[in-house]
Amino acid sequence: MAKDTQSKARGPAVRTGPLMAPAVSLLVLWMIVPLAMTIYFSTLRYSLLQPDAVSFVGISNYIFFFQDPALWTSIVNTLSLVGGVLVASIAIGTLLAVVFYETFPGASIARLLVVAPFFVMPTVAALIWKNLLMHPVNGLFAFFARSLGLPPVDWFSSLPLTSIGIIVTWQWAPFATLILLTAIQSLDREQLEAARMDGARGLTLFYHITLPHLARAIGVVAMIEAIFLLSIFAEILVTTNGGPGSATTTLPYLIYKTALLDFNVGMASTGGIMAVVLANIVGFFLIRTISRNLDS
Amino acid sequence: MVSLKLRDLRKSFGGFEVVKGVSFEVSEGEFVVFVGPSGCGKSTLLRMIAGLEEITAGELLLDGARVNDVAPDRRGLAMVFQSYALYPHMTVEQNMGFALRLAGVGKSERRRKVEQAARILQIENLLNRKPANLSGGQRQRVAIGRAIVRNPKVFLFDEPLSNLDAALRVQMRMELAALHRELKGTMIYVTHDQVEAMTMADRIVVLREGLVEQIGSPLSLYNEPVNLFVAGFIGSPKMNFLPAGLLSRDGGRVELSLSPDVRLTIDDVAETGSAQALTLGVRPDMIHVADHGPLRGQVLLVERLGNETLIHVDAGIGSEPVTVSHQGQYAVSAGEAVGLSIDTRRIHLFSPSGRRVARGLQPTQV
Ligand SMILES: Nc1ncnc2c1ncn2[C@@H]1O[C@H](COP(=O)(O)OP(=O)(O)OP(=O)(O)O)[C@@H](O)[C@H]1O
Ligand SMILES: [Mg+2]
Repeated sequence: MAKDTQSKARGPAVRTGPLMAPAVSLLVLWMIVPLAMTIYFSTLRYSLLQPDAVSFVGISNYIFFFQDPALWTSIVNTLSLVGGVLVASIAIGTLLAVVFYETFPGASIARLLVVAPFFVMPTVAALIWKNLLMHPVNGLFAFFARSLGLPPVDWFSSLPLTSIGIIVTWQWAPFATLILLTAIQSLDREQLEAARMDGARGLTLFYHITLPHLARAIGVVAMIEAIFLLSIFAEILVTTNGGPGSATTTLPYLIYKTALLDFNVGMASTGGIMAVVLANIVGFFLIRTISRNLDS
Repeated sequence: MVSLKLRDLRKSFGGFEVVKGVSFEVSEGEFVVFVGPSGCGKSTLLRMIAGLEEITAGELLLDGARVNDVAPDRRGLAMVFQSYALYPHMTVEQNMGFALRLAGVGKSERRRKVEQAARILQIENLLNRKPANLSGGQRQRVAIGRAIVRNPKVFLFDEPLSNLDAALRVQMRMELAALHRELKGTMIYVTHDQVEAMTMADRIVVLREGLVEQIGSPLSLYNEPVNLFVAGFIGSPKMNFLPAGLLSRDGGRVELSLSPDVRLTIDDVAETGSAQALTLGVRPDMIHVADHGPLRGQVLLVERLGNETLIHVDAGIGSEPVTVSHQGQYAVSAGEAVGLSIDTRRIHLFSPSGRRVARGLQPTQV
């Protein structure tokens, strides 16, 4: 709209509305139709086991869902996973960015290698970790533990959510590294030297100069990662199937279970709407904290 | 008391020697300027003094103590960078107080020192702003303020005025000179602007390709340049270099020819070797337009600066046109033929190796 009036005010007198209409309507269809259908399904009692017995139930799906402890467990699991991976991947990413900012022999190859996990498919990554690294009998970690005389950790039964968090962090830390490395490279060299002359070194230099410089980029990484992390699914399916119990059942996994294991389309749609709401809440808080950081 | 002493300082970057053995002393309270063409190692030398660049060989003494391996902040120096290098996320006050904060100076003490420096630089009303909201000149002042607050033994400046416009540069030049008088601090200043060097320096160090060519007061460099390089570098417009053939030599007295009908005799000439080709150096203001002057040539270009007129003349001597500086305005245009005469009280003679061998000539006929 604003653009439209602007072009009327300054540019040639061409009506841009009709020109933009196809793109805009496609976008609207793209977003609104699935959302509307999900909302519609979420008000139905609709089970694939009894496809003929579809009936309108209003908000009772929601009431039922809210009373289901599985929902709250899954929301807590989702937030812990997202939060944990965000913190860990940004911390690791910042550390690696600072390390790789220095030039050393083989730095360019090392940079390439550090980014590699990002290009491994989630299912493959999860399987590698599950069978080759974290396996309590055949895994590399178990081997190390045994050679140190320690009892091997059965990762997916004793620390299920943490294990998945580790895998996902392994996948996303390279992304953070990549973005933060680019950001750190734009740090003015004279500014670093001025700080050195002022007596900043090591940690003080990092805390007073590098970190403030990276704040903006960290915000961007957090936002992008949060969007993708909220929908983590393949890693859970391949490793724990949401278990043991519901220890690793996140909201997306709960929706999957409801729809495709319990064949309950109505309830799954309700879960989908919950996921949309959750994503918006997370997004709201993220954007608010980040924009506050950027202003100061 | 000697404040700073450089003893055969050298710096190599991966086998490529950039500073090739520099020695001199800076005494307390002195304003020393490094000049030299781009890439001659001025910044590198300054950064070695600051501690930002490791010293490959040689010794750096500060108040008598060797500081080669002392960290930059422990040397008690402060540096003002060309790009100002202010911390963008800190206010002016935090910028200026950063070093004190890291040194553990208390808040009220810090504030007092920052305000004191701000008063000197007249930026008290900017203390709460961020660098992004300052003009170039104001940023420059903050950068200088950041140095003052630390009360350093030596101030180091690396082309601090090169990002400012011409008018502001003149103003800051005067302010820096005033600041030097007020603080009585030792200052080392890098520039490739010889006007800055001439106006502010107590002593100038002329560098070329990592070596010191000459050290001296601005006027001694201007009046007695030791070689062709310094003669050509100091002074604007540049000194004219005219090839002069050696006709005969009798002890310290030589006879030269500028062109077939222009000859001069010079006394007290140092040993020049057996070479026949010498170089005569004449500053543009020592050549005058004179209708019956011994040199004749065609005007190539006239630059009118109002108070001064620069006339470039092809006099048929050497490959470069001769530059004449005429005080005031002069009615002449390109293409005209003019005669030139040389005022011989201030001319210089250089041997083929570039060394100056005589000045203040006594010509027989010009
Ligand atoms: N970090 C470095 N690695 C390799 N060579 C360098 C480095 N820093 C400077 N040099 C080289 O050292 C020489 C001197 O550089 P320096 O910056 O001291 O010149 P300068 O006299 O300050 O020139 P300018 O007037 O252009 O600033 C140059 O040839 C430059 O290429
Ligand atoms: Mg330089």
